[in-house]
Amino acid sequence: MSEFLRDYLTVAIFAALTAGLLAGVLGLGKLIRPVRPQRDKYLSYESGVDAVGTGWDQSPVRYYVFALLFVLFDVEAAFIFPWATQVEFYGWFGAIEMIVFIVILTLGLLYAWRKKVLRWL
Amino acid sequence: MTDSVVLGLELAYWQQSILRVIGVLVAVLLPAGTFVYVFLFKMVSFMQSRLGPMEAGPFGSLQLLAEVGKWLQKEDITPERADRVLFKMAPYLVVGTVLLTYMVVPFGPDLHLAKFDTGIFFALAVSSISSLGVLLAGWASANKYSLIGGLRAAGQLIAYELPMILAVVGVVIQAGTMNMSGIVAAQAGGSIFGVDIIGNPFFITQFVGFVVFMIAVQAELGQTPFDMPIAESELVTGYLTEYSGIRFLLFFIGEFAAAGAFSAIAATLFLGGWAVPSAWVELDNNIFNLLGPIILLTKMMLIGGFIFFIRFTYPRFREDQLQRLAWTVLIPISLANILVTTVLKVAF
Repeated sequence: MSEFLRDYLTVAIFAALTAGLLAGVLGLGKLIRPVRPQRDKYLSYESGVDAVGTGWDQSPVRYYVFALLFVLFDVEAAFIFPWATQVEFYGWFGAIEMIVFIVILTLGLLYAWRKKVLRWL
Repeated sequence: MTDSVVLGLELAYWQQSILRVIGVLVAVLLPAGTFVYVFLFKMVSFMQSRLGPMEAGPFGSLQLLAEVGKWLQKEDITPERADRVLFKMAPYLVVGTVLLTYMVVPFGPDLHLAKFDTGIFFALAVSSISSLGVLLAGWASANKYSLIGGLRAAGQLIAYELPMILAVVGVVIQAGTMNMSGIVAAQAGGSIFGVDIIGNPFFITQFVGFVVFMIAVQAELGQTPFDMPIAESELVTGYLTEYSGIRFLLFFIGEFAAAGAFSAIAATLFLGGWAVPSAWVELDNNIFNLLGPIILLTKMMLIGGFIFFIRFTYPRFREDQLQRLAWTVLIPISLANILVTTVLKVAF
């Protein structure tokens, strides 16, 4: 197996380790903690007032627009990173290309700014 | 990789894996515990003119173990309305991502858990999964406070993910690699305009990136002044409201382990990681495999102390101010930083 794949095998090992570790801690807790079910304990806690409706009522998901913008810039970052390791190799050509690319995306951000969607209200 | 040599020993892959598993547990739990004791228990106490915990162990140093014992004995309550599977899955995601984030941090010339060529990219990608865990926790609790807290946390995490990523780009441009060991080497052996007496620690030559990165880290960790997701005066404890006992503690451990992980990454990216400037002393592999973790931990404590100093000094932002800061200040600044860094790198 190549070293590259081995590193990702290590990732899998660590993910499994976390799951095992947490399951172990929770299992240890299960052995020593008390279980005394009372109905009131399992009600939703809303500052002592009986909950009206569930927590899953319709509510404005404000971060929706931000999530869209985030995708835009995240893709940008995915393009920037490979180039960032090779800045010296590509020299002025790469620099100017990337400046054009970043400026275009910045215009998108400016547009969103002027449309006043960058507000959490 | 069976022939790779660690500290002069030849180890098979499974032996290395066992060492790594032990290593990552020490690397995650030791800084997390140290952070809680030194900063959360003691530093804040001294800042508030009190002594902090003094009973458990000398100067209260075993207080953390006592706390874990206490939380373990608490009843585990899952609200009847909650989505039980997601409710129980959330802590796994939050804690798991922290462990995976640690994987790319080199602790010495040979002491790395995984040597990805895309090191810092991997860390940023994995650390963003924790926002999913937080969102899951908020949603699965079926509680209005939790849901609002979870949505706030998700909005905050994605808003500050970007300045963080873009701030790192500046470092990658300067170092010319995404590999964390490569970034350490670039700082130790570098020079600032021909002066190599302190190497090229990126917190000097990437100062803007460093400041943006630290602000973003503060927000990613949900530390005050960015703690609106768990704003206790508005939302009880936000997405943690319905969690009790050991599950709550797991989120808490995740939070402080994440503080350790981001301190380690910031120390590696901007303060030179495990190395000292190679103009001072020759970076001998055997010596620095032992000294490296100590040097890195010292730098982590500096960064962590700074994070918690800010946390205990400043009041909370408002939610809309938070989004405005990220989108209209930090992202444009970090984009400008990339452009300036590029031009300087190509010109010189």
